[in-house]
Amino acid sequence: MKVLVCISQTPDTTTKIVFKADGSGVDYTNVKFIVNPYDEHALAKAMELKEQQGAEITVINVGKADAEQSLRKCFAVGADLGIRVDAEPVSGTQVAKLIADVAKERSYDLIFTGRESIDYNGGMVGELLGGLLGIPSVGYCGKLELNGNAATCTRFIDGGEETVKVELPLVVSAVKELGEPRIPNMRGIMQARTKPIEVIADSENSLPAEVRYESPKGKAGCVYIDAAEAGKLIDILHNERKLF
Amino acid sequence: MAIDRYEHHDYYGVDELLTEEHLLIRDSVRAWVKKSVSPIIEEYAQRSEFPRHLVKELGEIGAFGPHIPTKYGGGGLDDISYGIIMQEIERCDSGIRSTASVQGSLVMYPIYLFGSEAQKMKYLPKLGSGEYLGCFGLTEPDHGSDPGGMKTNFTDAGDHVVLNGAKMWISNSPYSDIAVVWAKDEAGIIQGLIVEKGMEGFSAPEIHNKWSLRASVTGELVFDNVKVPKENLLPGVKGLKGPLSCLNSARYGIAWGAVGVALDCYDTALRYAKERMQFGKPIGSFQLQQKKLAEMITEITKAQLLVWRLGVLKSAGKASPAQISMAKRNNVQMALTVAREARQILGGMGITGEYSIMRHMMNLESVVTYEGTHDIHLLITGLDVTGLNAFG
Repeated sequence: MKVLVCISQTPDTTTKIVFKADGSGVDYTNVKFIVNPYDEHALAKAMELKEQQGAEITVINVGKADAEQSLRKCFAVGADLGIRVDAEPVSGTQVAKLIADVAKERSYDLIFTGRESIDYNGGMVGELLGGLLGIPSVGYCGKLELNGNAATCTRFIDGGEETVKVELPLVVSAVKELGEPRIPNMRGIMQARTKPIEVIADSENSLPAEVRYESPKGKAGCVYIDAAEAGKLIDILHNERKLF
Repeated sequence: MAIDRYEHHDYYGVDELLTEEHLLIRDSVRAWVKKSVSPIIEEYAQRSEFPRHLVKELGEIGAFGPHIPTKYGGGGLDDISYGIIMQEIERCDSGIRSTASVQGSLVMYPIYLFGSEAQKMKYLPKLGSGEYLGCFGLTEPDHGSDPGGMKTNFTDAGDHVVLNGAKMWISNSPYSDIAVVWAKDEAGIIQGLIVEKGMEGFSAPEIHNKWSLRASVTGELVFDNVKVPKENLLPGVKGLKGPLSCLNSARYGIAWGAVGVALDCYDTALRYAKERMQFGKPIGSFQLQQKKLAEMITEITKAQLLVWRLGVLKSAGKASPAQISMAKRNNVQMALTVAREARQILGGMGITGEYSIMRHMMNLESVVTYEGTHDIHLLITGLDVTGLNAFG
């Protein structure tokens, strides 16, 4: 079975995001990057399938050379092959098109994405991939069972769960319940040294996005009241704001 | 124990001196420590119990013998990687780091350096995976800083030797499957032997009531006419240089580990100083607290640079035993000072198990004593710079 896992590189969750002075983008100086956590859940499920029934796992990233560290982390966890599409990721649509161009040629049985990346939170690449490739996609998938070519997916929806049965090939976007992220061990890290990353040119001739960034305005009118003076709060709510 | 909120501190950008692989190793070990060790360590230390289940996990993550070639079940990594792994484990607890150091540097390393090919293939993969736990027997009840005076000895008895004597303060010993033991032959020459659990006359009683390294198990090794097959003698070395070369490797790991402890104490104290309010202000805004924090990060930064440089030298095969002694001595003392200052910043909270500092401080009292005491390392430096021997 051939499995493709789509990997985004995102700022670490503890990073404080600062914009460049001219508002043209995020200032990534001193930002630590990590593998998008939802993609790690996807990779964990792919590894489980590899161990249970055998699979060749390819990890793919749309990004510049500095994103290769994330692919190597995936190698250390157990991915077999790596592809980097050499383009600055600017939108979910562009990323999905670039990955679809690769996947069309190489026909994978299963394509995993995370439910969204934790930087821009677009959450659309999985579904777009399904559309572009003309195969089913199951979003927000928390459980996946395979029986030959038949896949049973459980997705989490408002107020419950939905179980869908689909045929491979299939795109699945992972929520955290799909698999517990693996921590690379030293042997895996050493083996990652020899696994090659194939670099593919940008087939979409992506242009940089023209965007502007600005920080949200601070919340105005916030009044701080010392816990010892809780009565003051009642007074404000009752007499000034007339809430009761 | 409260949630592990540790964040790394790198005041001088030392990370830029490390490779991408080193950083991945650090992140991976840190993630494992936060998942598997931090949540349980305080309870085990309070109960004075060795979390034995971690042995297998330490093997799985690759903390046993990362600098031993993969052919023998090690990680095949460089010395800086080994140091980083020790730093991250000791950041959480010196006792767990001790378990890993002993297994990697004092059991696997001598078998790798001085063992026969058959011994390497028999023992190293099992030690690397954590299937076996090992210990190292050099110190005796009456011979600590003077190991050359050891009394443990063996006599030739045809196809085997007969071992007699006792070793003291042996990390891991009560649960060990094998012990690398240093003993004198009939000519009084020190040699290494691999003694296996279950050999008749061999016992490893636990030492109780320690106030330090409480989450690590320490014991004795007692040999009462133990018949050890001759194929268990380490063929590659004779004399005190055998055990001393292993100690170099372990001391090197301790120098890195001490930085981990200090970073954890500093991280805890810094966060506490910014959150704890007194006189209407965070206590971190007071000069006396800032002095402590500023001195801590200064000393930690110096220690980080010291071990990085030592790691470069060691990876190139150029680190001298005296250079390793200097780093072990300096960094452990630094960590002790940082722990004591950090405890003061936390006031009364600093003595509780809610925070790691007091446990670190007690652990460091062992670390400053074992693998060459603080004073002995000073004499090693003294000998190195003057050429004059002040021992004994």
